[in-house]
Amino acid sequence: MNKNLRVKSSDYIDETNRISFKFNGKTYHGFKGDTLASALLANDVHLVGRSFKYHRPRGIMTSGSEEPNAIVQINPGTNRTEPNVRATEVEIYEGLEASSQNCWPSVEFDIGGINNFLSPFFPAGFYYKTFMWPASFWEKYEFFIRHSAGLGKSPTSSDPDIYDHRNIHCDVLVVGAGISGILAAKNAAKNNFKTLLVDEKNELGGSTFYENNEFNKIDNKTPSEWLKKEIEELKNIKNLEIKTRTSVAAYHQYNYLLAKENLTDHLEAKDKANKIRQRLLKIRAKKVILATGALERPLIFNNNDRPGIMLSSAIKKYSEFYGVACGSKNVFFTNNDSAYESALSLYNKGINVEAIVDIRDQSESKIVKKIEEAGIKIYWSHTIVDTAGYKRLNRVSIMKLSNDGTSVTGSKISISCDCLGVAGGWTPAVHLYTQSGSKLKFDEEKQIFLPNQNTSEQISVGSCGGDFKIDEIIKNLNQKLKDSLNIKETDLDKIKIEIDQENSKRNIWLLPSDKPLGKTKPFVDYQNDATAKDIKLALREGFRSIEHVKRYTTTGMGTDQGKLGNMHALGIIADTAGVKMGELGTTTFRPPYTPLTFGTIVGRNVGKFFDIFRRTPMNDWHVENKAEFENVGQWKRAWYYPINGETMHQAVQRESKAARESAGILDASTLGKIDIQGSDASEFLNRVYTNAWSKLAIGKCRYGLMLNEDGMVYDDGVTTRLGENHYLMTTTTGGAANVLGKLEDYLQTEWPELDVYLTSVTDHYATASLCGPNSKKIIKKIIPDLDLSDESFPHMSFKEAKIGNIQCRIMRISFTGEHSYEINVQASYGKDLWEKFIEAGKEFNITPYGTETMHLLRAEKGFIIVGQDTDGTMTPIDLQMDWIVSKKKYDFIGKRSLYRSDTMKEDRKQLVGLLTEDPNVILEEGAQIVSELNQNPVEMLGHVTSSYFSPNLNKSIALAVVRGGKDMMGKQLFVPMENKNINVTVANPVFYDEKNERLNA
Amino acid sequence: MFLINCPYCGERDQQEFKAGGEAHIERPKQPTELSDDEWAEYLFMRKNTKGVQFERWNHAHGCRKWFNMVRDTSNDEIKAIYKMGEKPPAQ
Ligand SMILES: [Zn+2]
Repeated sequence: MNKNLRVKSSDYIDETNRISFKFNGKTYHGFKGDTLASALLANDVHLVGRSFKYHRPRGIMTSGSEEPNAIVQINPGTNRTEPNVRATEVEIYEGLEASSQNCWPSVEFDIGGINNFLSPFFPAGFYYKTFMWPASFWEKYEFFIRHSAGLGKSPTSSDPDIYDHRNIHCDVLVVGAGISGILAAKNAAKNNFKTLLVDEKNELGGSTFYENNEFNKIDNKTPSEWLKKEIEELKNIKNLEIKTRTSVAAYHQYNYLLAKENLTDHLEAKDKANKIRQRLLKIRAKKVILATGALERPLIFNNNDRPGIMLSSAIKKYSEFYGVACGSKNVFFTNNDSAYESALSLYNKGINVEAIVDIRDQSESKIVKKIEEAGIKIYWSHTIVDTAGYKRLNRVSIMKLSNDGTSVTGSKISISCDCLGVAGGWTPAVHLYTQSGSKLKFDEEKQIFLPNQNTSEQISVGSCGGDFKIDEIIKNLNQKLKDSLNIKETDLDKIKIEIDQENSKRNIWLLPSDKPLGKTKPFVDYQNDATAKDIKLALREGFRSIEHVKRYTTTGMGTDQGKLGNMHALGIIADTAGVKMGELGTTTFRPPYTPLTFGTIVGRNVGKFFDIFRRTPMNDWHVENKAEFENVGQWKRAWYYPINGETMHQAVQRESKAARESAGILDASTLGKIDIQGSDASEFLNRVYTNAWSKLAIGKCRYGLMLNEDGMVYDDGVTTRLGENHYLMTTTTGGAANVLGKLEDYLQTEWPELDVYLTSVTDHYATASLCGPNSKKIIKKIIPDLDLSDESFPHMSFKEAKIGNIQCRIMRISFTGEHSYEINVQASYGKDLWEKFIEAGKEFNITPYGTETMHLLRAEKGFIIVGQDTDGTMTPIDLQMDWIVSKKKYDFIGKRSLYRSDTMKEDRKQLVGLLTEDPNVILEEGAQIVSELNQNPVEMLGHVTSSYFSPNLNKSIALAVVRGGKDMMGKQLFVPMENKNINVTVANPVFYDEKNERLNA
Repeated sequence: MFLINCPYCGERDQQEFKAGGEAHIERPKQPTELSDDEWAEYLFMRKNTKGVQFERWNHAHGCRKWFNMVRDTSNDEIKAIYKMGEKPPAQ
């Protein structure tokens, strides 16, 4: 162990800057520029994790975000810990700690590895089949499944980091900074398009950055040299913003993209503090250029998952870019020329390449000739039939492929090796493309899905558009840029390119072994341990849709979303079912392309910014006076005011008694207020409320009930006529915004002929509701010259007045049944007004009360609360409020629906009062009501909607909705609870002061 | 996330808007004259077209104005936007 596999000659790694980090508790060293993966490989560590189902040892497979195996827990046990991070994307820094996931007690000895030997018992759909029955056992199964499943651990304390959101608008967004993306961005910006170029990696250049094939030349330079010069030039281009470490997670319609910009993950802990860790970029681009590149495909063969088996392109990147040899005895297995580039890269650095196994029968490319001349053994028309080595590859066995590629012949050759590079061709990274709603088409010749029908202003360039060779990349990029950006000439017009032509390809989705398929393990999805066998089993069991096969076998359902194996899964299904790939379609690629942290998603909307809330002008007084608060919509409302350690029940009983015996005061500022003006205001109210409004005199108030067009109660409140063409409507606290929206809707779309203007003034006024027999005396003290006599200022009327210099509107209206006033002042005077009343009311024991007491007092009077006693299925008739429905008006919103056969049924649920046999028993709100106890099943007649202990009546009271309740007055019903049955009697819902005598008391 | 061209404000993000269901369903002028079935037709019956659909939208967190939209529900392409009261464009 700890062999140093660093090979000198990387420009990118800073070998003067040595960094130590820990992996699974052991300290290693790497260099600045290393990823966790490259640093581990340099230390000859391949084994980094265990697979999900069989707990098979797994190694680093790739060098990028498509990594299925090397997913690790970063900084375990700290509040910055993060699970499921790809080691290939983690930039190392001093003090970094990481550990393997999904293994216990350690990655070297994992008890779950026994699943590997039991694997015949874990076929596709195992969980679905086994744990379905009996249902009552599910809890037990769940315990074991949860215990052994799960990838990584989430942090247990709150996240110390800051996250941010930013909106970006640009003319051109280029996703991916490989050669295509760089050239696209450069030419867009040069032509005055405001351009943003993003790449998930920390450096620009993509794979061309280390493209070393000497047979490919751009302007007589190697592609790598040429591109470095281009990157250098980007610095001087205006209109171009470049963001690295930025991965586009989602591409929505209308060119709206979400990207995660990583700002501090590569920094040491001391440098992370007080900085924004990640930023969610919300990008709206006029045009999108996708240059997302291609992902190398593995090959599917028996035991293709051992540590040491990697993508050929990854081996090349580790060698060229990070200066790391992934093995000392390397073998490549390929179906195309790209493995020869990787082999040449190792060869040029003096790293041993044992052999190349190629399923093709020949290739005439220059690079292949070069490998042959170098004396590296090439096995043409051969395939790997098995591999060996439990925790690290040590041998591959190869045999000759039959002509049709379905079987093997001849004798087995064994090649000893410690690293195998697999090259199965390239899959364009079309994930973002399809997320945008655009459609793919399968290219039978290239055996890839390609962009076909664009739904937004977008182009796909480079290998994600199906161009893999430099000459075709440049040529097609140039034309697409000209067409899309409408420009005449580009930098690309004059580029000269020489290219090593590849003329031979052979694609076999599932490579045969000398053993029958049932005895082999050809993994298709590494992370989820789905094999070719599982897919074939699913097909045998009758699954046909690719989406169903995916779910049944869990192929492509891991955190990597099967970026490597999805194409093979499709290919195997197509071959087995005897259909064409193009007819099969593909699974949906869903956002995010790579996982996002929750922090990035929520940004700054945490803690007190999690949701907006509204406070009334009197709020500070409530806080100072120790009120408990309740959330009502977005409002924080005073709920009750406990004194001397009172419980809620005690406080509410005291407040309720005081309000009826002397005086109570409620902060009613949250009620919705809509100012209505215009010459048709009266007619408008006639149409939106159930009762008549034309004859309401100026200075009078009226209660109104608003229905939906389906006849169901929508909102209620008191509206005051302030002038000939001027009304002030109040709505429920929670309904204010919806009511305004609904009224606007009718005004704009159904009755545009009405001259009516609506303005929300909820926030403009503070409202105190003063009630009780002494309320009049308190008003008198504060406004001595106001005539408060019943003749001048009767119930349901309004007066303008002045308190000092402050203009106020006073309505004599009541929601408690007591003699009451609602005083409205400009919001900024709200607290001052409130304190004046508290001071003036002292001698009358004025008692502030909250929403709970308000609810209790109105329940004593049988007044409904829309949304508590109604639920969108109650008509005014159901509520026994026939009196408020005008028979004379020709029409109002919802009127016709009150005469539908359904709404006229006698046995609808109707609002009634309920009294318990034992007056001390308080019903639970929501409790069910039945008429029979010894019947099973029994019909539910209704439920309790409001329930309180009334201190003024000294007994419990409740409101309920009961099927046919109107005709049940005095009837005994039952409320069955968990441990007992409660006997109740149907009663009049007005429990207190039925004759309304107290209004004028 | 649509980019919606409010006829009063210009292009705005979809989150400023509220969808309001099928367009061009006029509230009957004389509801009392209608049978239960005719009223139910107005009240409940809405199309759920795959393809071109006429819809009402409201710039709820903007100018509060209602307007109409022609949208292809199969690919969410907004084909036209026009003010309330204006004739729908010929398809
Ligand atoms: Zn607008």
